[in-house]
Amino acid sequence: MVGRLVDASNVWARDTFSRGNWRLILFCYIVLAPVLALFGYVRMGPIVSSLVLSFHKWDLINPIKPFIGWSNYAELLEDDNFWLSLKNTAIYALLTVTLSTLLAVPLAVFLAAKSRLSAVYQTIYFLPVITPMVPMSIAWKWIYDYNHGILNYVLSLIGIPAVAWLTDPGIALYALIIMGVWKVIGYNMILLLVGIRNIPSTYVEAAAIDGAGGWQRFRYVTLPLLKPILLYVLVTSSINAFNVFTQVYVMTLGSQSAPGQAVRVLVFDIYQNAFQYFRFGYASAEAVMLTMIVLGFTLIQFRIARNKEGQDG
Amino acid sequence: MVEPRTPLAWALHILAHGVLLLGAIFMVLPIVWMAFTSFKPPTEVSLWPPRILPMEWTLDNFRGIFEDAPFGRFFLNSLGLSLTATVSVCITSLAAGAIFGKYKFPGRTVLFMAILATAIVPFESYMIPLYLQLISLGWINTYQGMVLPTLFMSFGIFLLRQHISSAIPTELLEAARVDGASEWWILGRVIAPLSVAALSAIGIFAFIQAWAAFIWPLMVANEQELFNMELGLTAFQFRFTADYGKLMAGSVLSVLPMLMIFLILRRQIIESVALTGLKG
Repeated sequence: MVGRLVDASNVWARDTFSRGNWRLILFCYIVLAPVLALFGYVRMGPIVSSLVLSFHKWDLINPIKPFIGWSNYAELLEDDNFWLSLKNTAIYALLTVTLSTLLAVPLAVFLAAKSRLSAVYQTIYFLPVITPMVPMSIAWKWIYDYNHGILNYVLSLIGIPAVAWLTDPGIALYALIIMGVWKVIGYNMILLLVGIRNIPSTYVEAAAIDGAGGWQRFRYVTLPLLKPILLYVLVTSSINAFNVFTQVYVMTLGSQSAPGQAVRVLVFDIYQNAFQYFRFGYASAEAVMLTMIVLGFTLIQFRIARNKEGQDG
Repeated sequence: MVEPRTPLAWALHILAHGVLLLGAIFMVLPIVWMAFTSFKPPTEVSLWPPRILPMEWTLDNFRGIFEDAPFGRFFLNSLGLSLTATVSVCITSLAAGAIFGKYKFPGRTVLFMAILATAIVPFESYMIPLYLQLISLGWINTYQGMVLPTLFMSFGIFLLRQHISSAIPTELLEAARVDGASEWWILGRVIAPLSVAALSAIGIFAFIQAWAAFIWPLMVANEQELFNMELGLTAFQFRFTADYGKLMAGSVLSVLPMLMIFLILRRQIIESVALTGLKG
């Protein structure tokens, strides 16, 4: 149906176009001009510039910005801070994405049935998604507080000694992961839930009539049909996880008790190279690496989605 | 949900509900804990063992944040920046969405693909050149500099194009043309009113995103008068590390508008997320 409408509009458009209606084309460009100008200035331009910048030695003080080829990239590969931040970010992304998806799948299955209770639970689980990151990071910092935090209090009730959640370098990353899972689980749940609801009920009913139990219906009917959305959830949350910054900045930096080096993530490293060391070219090379990682995830998604289509056809 | 029949199924059913409830408590606890702490006097904030509810409710923390720091100003800054972003995203998404959805002109596919393809590039990876552009404009430490990257949303254009090309019949536009309507009139009086639902979804998202903006304002705004809520809270944290009562009061002030929007527009927001997931 949608396809037909789009076709119809194209036929119409071609007709007017062939009449040589230059006024219509002019109208299109007049309406688009401000949008395209904005797009070029705040999106397309900077993206191209970051690539160009990454091949230059660019600092705020020196007026000469020489082209230095791949030097920034070569230096980056030797930079311990870069590797440390890449490692931390990768661990953060891997664990946050895996845990939040593993928890969101049963949640979505359980809440897929339409009911008043299901709607209430959806609202509750979605709440963290809508809350801004800075205040919630401060709230979590208070929960993780070594002396007065409610988490250490709960642990003390079951005999576990106080944990230095945010100041112990070996633990801070995992404290951030717990909060990351809390923040994103509702988003993943909603996407999966819609995916499950879109599966024709006849499939599941047919399996039930054939004698498939609850687990079998999930394993052989729901899960395979959910794969494209599961893939989408994994890719989008991986991309988001690789851009982690705000909670790291608020929870592990800035205050007197902060260890500073404890959790160095990629965006923080970019931020520091650019705005504390004023090495804009070098930071741009690092930013290009971040883009490449994100692009990689997207390509994997396209690849798998296309292979799937190939098999089905 | 299928009604359980055997005792084992009943046990599993009850277990599942228990886990669901525990999870729900885990979800709201940080928000509830933040809210209750904001009403506690300093002596109760660091009480051990901690108590969830304040014994003595006080508004001193809220009074404090307005007296010790210009949180009123921060709040208005956030509101102004977010509303500007919302209006701009709605206008640009409608204009471009309508043109890409219903008109054919040379360069249409290339331009649309460019907008779509750049949507996946994270902001953090092109913020440096944007910052350099801002320096040459002289827009560091200005509201217009802070709001600039939030004025445009690729996804908004994509969603509006999708909506306009499939949900608004071309015959309707043709009929208006036959009646002598200009293209401007069609855009404003036919397409715009029929796109209100999609526009409000995009508007809500633009507002929520702009409200939570952090890294860009952190780079651009160095003067306290320009701070949004998020920057104000972070700066406040530097100064009052131990004063969690006040910090929580400030946090409540930042979270509350989002919670209100969510509770009022819950269904629409959840549906929009579902839509972005399936169509993005």
